[in-house]
Amino acid sequence: MFDLKDLYQEVIVDHNRSPRNFGKMESPDRTLEGFNPLCGDRLTLYLKMEGEQIDDISFDGSGCAISVASASMMTDAMKGKTAKEAEEIFNNFHELVTTDGSNVDSDKLGKLAALAGVREYPTRVKCATLCWHTLHSALEGEQTAISTE
Amino acid sequence: MNSTAALTTPAFNVDALRQDFPILSRAVRGKPLVYLDNAATSQKPTQVIETISRYYSEYNSNIHRGVHSLSEEATSAYEAAREKCQSFINASSDKEIIFVKGTTEAINLVANTYGRANIKAGDEIIVSWMEHHSNIVPWQMLCEQNGAVLKVIPINDAGELIMDEYRKLLSSKTKLVAVGHISNALGSINPIKEIIDLAHQHDAVVVIDGAQATPHTSIDVQSLDCDFYAFSSHKLFGPTGVGVLYGKQALLEAMPPYQGGGDMIKMVTFEKTMYNELPHKFEAGTPNIAGVIGLGAAIDYVSEIGLDAIATYEHELLEYATEAALTIDGLRLIGTARNKASILSFVMDKVHPHDLGTILDHNGIAIRTGHHCAMPVMDRFEIPATARASFAFYNTKHEIDVLIEGIENAKKVFC
Repeated sequence: MFDLKDLYQEVIVDHNRSPRNFGKMESPDRTLEGFNPLCGDRLTLYLKMEGEQIDDISFDGSGCAISVASASMMTDAMKGKTAKEAEEIFNNFHELVTTDGSNVDSDKLGKLAALAGVREYPTRVKCATLCWHTLHSALEGEQTAISTE
Repeated sequence: MNSTAALTTPAFNVDALRQDFPILSRAVRGKPLVYLDNAATSQKPTQVIETISRYYSEYNSNIHRGVHSLSEEATSAYEAAREKCQSFINASSDKEIIFVKGTTEAINLVANTYGRANIKAGDEIIVSWMEHHSNIVPWQMLCEQNGAVLKVIPINDAGELIMDEYRKLLSSKTKLVAVGHISNALGSINPIKEIIDLAHQHDAVVVIDGAQATPHTSIDVQSLDCDFYAFSSHKLFGPTGVGVLYGKQALLEAMPPYQGGGDMIKMVTFEKTMYNELPHKFEAGTPNIAGVIGLGAAIDYVSEIGLDAIATYEHELLEYATEAALTIDGLRLIGTARNKASILSFVMDKVHPHDLGTILDHNGIAIRTGHHCAMPVMDRFEIPATARASFAFYNTKHEIDVLIEGIENAKKVFC
């Protein structure tokens, strides 16, 4: 049977307790807000771009442990990635949390794979993907806040 | 239901009552279900489930039109449910009971008919800060359409309406006051009799959202003197998709119809349509027949237990739960009104409501987490969400113990 510890793994609890890359960025190139109206989770992503490459990324906001940990781990994983690489990782991550994971390229995910347990809780998938949808839109140049609904 | 019900009812036999609810014996994630999300929707007793099943298996047919026996049986069961609703809230006539989809539709009906016909640019509509979105948005939409102005009664830190501020908001411009009887997010029981009397001093009509109240307290619309009262079947142990709008007969008669269609007409030609009499004028199309009949069975069921006995028992549960919750370090109650229904809304220092909800679910415990369709309440308390345990008469102190233990376990995950 699925164990709760599979969802709230130590690494997730740790990223929630002390989120990495947390805080407003001075003069970012792109800023975008993501909002989950169902639960009130709200985060803002800040991006500095070097051409097509993510030079720096940070976030702030409030949300549940899953959404904070996911944003923390995502920002860690995105530094230095190109927009195209980011998209690929997002697709893999989405596959990871919404399917049985059989088509996931786990090499691409690294630590992000710790969030796989979310798939057992369909209502929590949006918590884990809010930051990713926000990043996706920010990379596409979207400027108005995005919503999961 | 009368004030002596509590005295004449023998000791509240919760174990026996639980037997009426088949769902309460199921397991969730390998644990016995502890259902504490009653403010979202209540569970259904066998008496209701079987009544609905009987309609479909024995006399399913359309109402108010066929001359055949099945249609007569269905019509008579449907209209009998209307009379049950009438006596349940002590309306003076069954013409004042309009069947709708639920509380939301009831409020929209009033906004779209009474509101559009009577509220003009510059008029004011008063709602409260603790309203469910369904008692905010229809009035906002009306204001956008006709240029009326929405005013809001503020609440204090305990989650009670500030009545002095309400008095100040009332004026000759006030045309309508729409307030919830019991707050779904906070549990506060509002002084609706006083709210109604004050509004009437300014000739404003009053709409009461009774969605959270009817499962917990007896309602007498005549002694309240309210103009409209709305409630939903599914929160009252009846089926989803059906509810009641009560309106004073004189108001309903003067109002334009809501939707056009079959059943709401007396005669139709291409030149002119004559509308049907109350209550049919507001019930266009084939209604939720099974739902209405099921609601009737739910009312019979609740009335037999007695709402006064239910309220007494639930108050005991609330006190027990409140006391236990306050022993949990880092837990803060949201909504501490002196007059409160069996709703326990809270936040925790290190555990987000959604994580708590997931962890409790893992223990078989169903609570609600989120903004409870009352975002202004969340803004007022400067929180994004709360966890909410809401109790019905079939809940037990043991279930509250399980909840408290679950909360302690959740803390261990994060602290």
